[in-house]
Amino acid sequence: MTTGTAGKVVASAAEAVADVRDGATLAVGGFGLCGIPQATIAALRDQGARDLTAVSNNCGVDDAGLGLLLANGQIRKMVSSYVGENKTFERLFLSGELEVELVPQGTLAERLRAGGAGIPAFYTPAGVGTPVADGKETRAFDGRDHVLEHAIVADFALVRAWKGDALGNLVYRRTARNFNPLAAAAGRVTIAEVEQLVEVGELDGDAIHTPGLYVQRVVQAPPGEKRIERRMVASR
Amino acid sequence: MSATVTPRELIIARAAQEIADGMVVNLGIGMPTLLADVGVARAGVLLQSENGLLGIGPYPTEDEVDPDLINAGKETVTAVAGHAYFDSAESFAMIRGGHVDLAILGGMEVSAGGDLANWMVPGKLVKGMGGAMDLVHGAKRTVVVMEHLSKAGESKVKPACTLPLTGRGVVDRLITDLAVFDLPRAADGSRELVLVETQPGVTVEQVRERTEAEFRVAGADGDSEPVVAS
Repeated sequence: MTTGTAGKVVASAAEAVADVRDGATLAVGGFGLCGIPQATIAALRDQGARDLTAVSNNCGVDDAGLGLLLANGQIRKMVSSYVGENKTFERLFLSGELEVELVPQGTLAERLRAGGAGIPAFYTPAGVGTPVADGKETRAFDGRDHVLEHAIVADFALVRAWKGDALGNLVYRRTARNFNPLAAAAGRVTIAEVEQLVEVGELDGDAIHTPGLYVQRVVQAPPGEKRIERRMVASR
Repeated sequence: MSATVTPRELIIARAAQEIADGMVVNLGIGMPTLLADVGVARAGVLLQSENGLLGIGPYPTEDEVDPDLINAGKETVTAVAGHAYFDSAESFAMIRGGHVDLAILGGMEVSAGGDLANWMVPGKLVKGMGGAMDLVHGAKRTVVVMEHLSKAGESKVKPACTLPLTGRGVVDRLITDLAVFDLPRAADGSRELVLVETQPGVTVEQVRERTEAEFRVAGADGDSEPVVAS
């Protein structure tokens, strides 16, 4: 890995994911196909690590996002809140080939946040009285039941940012932010692909969403199409 | 132009009346998303999108389409003046923390006790709960919109849900193509199913025939007719 004046910048997505080993847990940013780290996901498909656990709100679609790793048989377990648009996923899940932990979206976000923030577990009302709470500790606060949920720390985090610098400071754009800052904080090794790699000092300190200390590797994302899952246009 | 109103159009037209000026509203994916135009047009209403936007605007023009700007249904959208973007933890802090006035969600089944099932059919359909389990506990008010009968013609308003729950005792109001029900909460936390309106041209008797759950009809002693929607 490059060090010194280049800081955390690595030359390619392939180099950034080279040491992801079989059985690793990954926290992956993105919501649907919005803000997904598509370059590092593609590199990981080529790298071939298997038996991965992927913690991500969704699992892409059949031919994009984490769907690429799923179709390539690299994912053993998904931890997600919504998986409705992926036929490969549905087939693998219903046939029992893929282990799936469905987590309420807010709980998933908070488990990653807690993991990055050193909070081992927390109580939430989401999921009380549903299969989500099965086997988990519940406790009443102010007369309302809550379920104990545990933090998630991942071996690697893959995130996508709009702008980043060699120190790993990141700025996200619009709703592409979503789970990215949470995944970034929850990764032991966080790999950020950035659309614009800017000089240190160029980002306004007030505008930084992910301070650089959460990020271990930065890679310039190659120019490439950002897919749109549901393109809606006004008839104006 | 056809004068026929579809069940979904009936439901959406009635649900639109739930959105009052100044509310912060979260619309679930599917049928509730059809209310976005109403929410956008209503004075001071801000639509919250759990993927990290407060202030959803109309669908974009061709020139405005932006892959980085979508709603929770993954549709391209715009943002209104005064909007804010945030991450998913912040989004659910707003939701769980009681800062969202109203959630309008789709349903597969609603029970007489206010239980909601809308995220999976075991062995058949896997969608996931998305943000619904957080929303039903966090939003100040939860309104469910769904067609009264399944495609097989069975009542989706049940004595008890047969599908895995999204939340127990969480539905404040249910709007179907036949009727509007309230589910007031008693002091002991339990809820009761009360018919408060029928859709135009629908009688209370017809609602009874097509509803598996027992319900009370709003009014003194439960005997008087409910308000009929105009």
